[in-house]
Amino acid sequence: MIKKLKSREELNALYQQLKQKLTSRQKWIAICEGTGCRVYGCLAVSQALKQELKNQGLTDIEIIHTGCHGFCERGTLMVIHPQGIFYSRVKVEDVKEIIEKTIKNNQIIDRLVYVDPQTNKKVPYEKDIPFYKFQNRMLLGQNQKISPTSITDYIAIGGYQALAKALFEMTPEQIINEVKNAGLRGRGGGGFPAARKWESARKAPGEPKYVICNADEGDPGAYMDRSIVEGNPHSVIEGMIIGAYAVGSNNGYVYIRHEYPLALQHITKAIQQAREYGLLGENILGSNFSFDIKISRGGGAFVAGESSALMQSIEGRVAEPRAKYVHMAEQGLYNKPTVLNNVETWANVPIIINIGSAEYAKIGTDNSKGTKIFSLVGKINNTGLVEVPMGITLRQIIFDIGGGIKQGKKFKAVQTGGPSGGVLPESQLDLPVDFDRLTEAGSMMGSGGMIVMDEDNCMVDVAKYFINFLQEESCGKCVPCREGLKRMLEILNKITDGKGEATDIETLYDLAQLLTDGSLCALGSTAANPVLSTLKYFRDEYEAHIKDKKCPAKVCKALIRYRIDEEKCTGCYLCFKNCPSNAIIGEPKQKHKIIPNKCVKCGICYNVCKFNAVIKET
Amino acid sequence: MIDLNKVDEILKKHNNDRSMLVAILQDIQDEFHYLPKEALYHLSKQLTLPLPEIYDVATFYKAFSLTPRGKHTCNVCMGTACHVRGSPVILETAKNYLQIEPGQTTKNMQFTLNTVNCVGACAVGPVIQIDNELYGNLTSVKTIQLLKKFEKE
Repeated sequence: MIKKLKSREELNALYQQLKQKLTSRQKWIAICEGTGCRVYGCLAVSQALKQELKNQGLTDIEIIHTGCHGFCERGTLMVIHPQGIFYSRVKVEDVKEIIEKTIKNNQIIDRLVYVDPQTNKKVPYEKDIPFYKFQNRMLLGQNQKISPTSITDYIAIGGYQALAKALFEMTPEQIINEVKNAGLRGRGGGGFPAARKWESARKAPGEPKYVICNADEGDPGAYMDRSIVEGNPHSVIEGMIIGAYAVGSNNGYVYIRHEYPLALQHITKAIQQAREYGLLGENILGSNFSFDIKISRGGGAFVAGESSALMQSIEGRVAEPRAKYVHMAEQGLYNKPTVLNNVETWANVPIIINIGSAEYAKIGTDNSKGTKIFSLVGKINNTGLVEVPMGITLRQIIFDIGGGIKQGKKFKAVQTGGPSGGVLPESQLDLPVDFDRLTEAGSMMGSGGMIVMDEDNCMVDVAKYFINFLQEESCGKCVPCREGLKRMLEILNKITDGKGEATDIETLYDLAQLLTDGSLCALGSTAANPVLSTLKYFRDEYEAHIKDKKCPAKVCKALIRYRIDEEKCTGCYLCFKNCPSNAIIGEPKQKHKIIPNKCVKCGICYNVCKFNAVIKET
Repeated sequence: MIDLNKVDEILKKHNNDRSMLVAILQDIQDEFHYLPKEALYHLSKQLTLPLPEIYDVATFYKAFSLTPRGKHTCNVCMGTACHVRGSPVILETAKNYLQIEPGQTTKNMQFTLNTVNCVGACAVGPVIQIDNELYGNLTSVKTIQLLKKFEKE
């Protein structure tokens, strides 16, 4: 039976007791059970590990089933403590050997040790791995220490201490001041100072007031918020309670994306646990402050991540944004003062209260403080989540931490800021990453997706991809966004179909201006960024499509041809069997041939051929 | 005909509250795997809410379907990371194998094919999500093997 914590002292007593237990551990194993590692089959590994430890009578060795460690490329990840031995790509078959050699005899198994692709050296300890070494994992680092479904794990590493400090040592104004001095800016996209929102909502007339956590992470290629909610849900809850106390709110919402079932499960459980421990509900920790959180599930609409649209959705309506001359902080959810921050922003709050604004503000640049989590994805060696101090350069992130481009190919561009962000070329690699510098360069911070592209990616195709995405997700309320994006897509389709005309680029610029000036919300007003930034840095690729009718990266279907290299073809029949349009002729063991006017250029033959015999030409 | 008692139970759970409409529709969808017409008529009466308003919400959000779905939902991730790693070919492969377009259901009601914009498993892209489970690092061959497996399940 859980005893409700009725005072700060009771929380502290529990903390001391749990901390004691942590320090007395001899040996423990952290296994990543985040979404990425689950694809690699980590659940079977952890089941096998549990069974084998039991079989061998090693019941004193604790397994921590953690959330995402960030190094998703190498899953399943396992770290053996106290040494911090790092094993990656662990399979069920490895479990017996790990227990025999590493757990019992402290031997390192070479096969499972990470090899640094830059130096070809083996790196057995987690702390030495370049992917982790150059990061500052203030937030994400906690994921590796706790099981997300255990509130006591969180309390044991100092969880809810910031809440106790805020409730019993600080006034709401002092908290807002701390957050202001820390320079915390919203991590969801806009980079708006969090304390300004809090202050306005605190001062605004109207009851009740609301605080909302935006967990509707819709930017494709960004999954840091999911990893926090999945891996450390209590840090978000703690941040929200502190924020609610500062704002004077008793009602909170977590608006969570429909596509994240595991995150939903973990936050639901965490809220339940926090209630049982007296950390949510009436008179939190025996104080006069009461606060509770409800969960609202998204319905699969990108625009619902926009703050005013999100509130419409919580109210059970269509998620359409509204004009922003009335601030959400004054008239938000149900027209009451509302503070909305995203997951990562909320998770930063307990850290600021714990270490103090002065310490926090030492990290980062003049106008962008603290760390930022990026999801480093695409054509990169070390795909995963990286948390770095603001001001680090793109080059450091992509090459030092990310380990460079896959298969030794050439870097072409990095796309930051989600669909409304921009594409940055090699010449911008030494750009320090913070809110303002990215915007100056024609991109933006957004929620922190970083999609790395190599020589095989076509920049016109990338722009088309984002415009297509945005026109599908446009809610249709305002004309510039609804119609403007459709027309832009038509032009881009024309260009990639090889029917582009010289005047098309001008028209794209005109439409971009229209969108920027005339749209109701940020989805529309920033929607032209992918086109503008690719035109700025890769105009030659547009021109190759328009003038020469060629796609230099060999991506755009209408401008490429497939043929079979007769010297390499073994007549294995695989392409023949998989061709959807019967465009391949030939008998087994004989050279195959593609009939050009039957070929629909789906690329399946190119994809399935094991002998590189299918050739792409432009 | 569907069991309207199930709809009433869901309504009761949400206190017949109009502001819970999205959540109510989600629960109906979870129960029936789509939004049956009868259920929406019933909702309109019980919540004294015009049917067009319900229809507005039901057609706005991608999570809702007004037609019955197949036994397995196959979501091909079209997020940026998957896109640059070749998801268009994976989608072509799935379309070709199942002989349906995204949003459609196979005649034998085994599969509904959808596209989804990022499931956040970018490290293992291209990714397909089948009934909430993720399958990563796909190629055309692997995609066909995967769909074959679910054909019989």
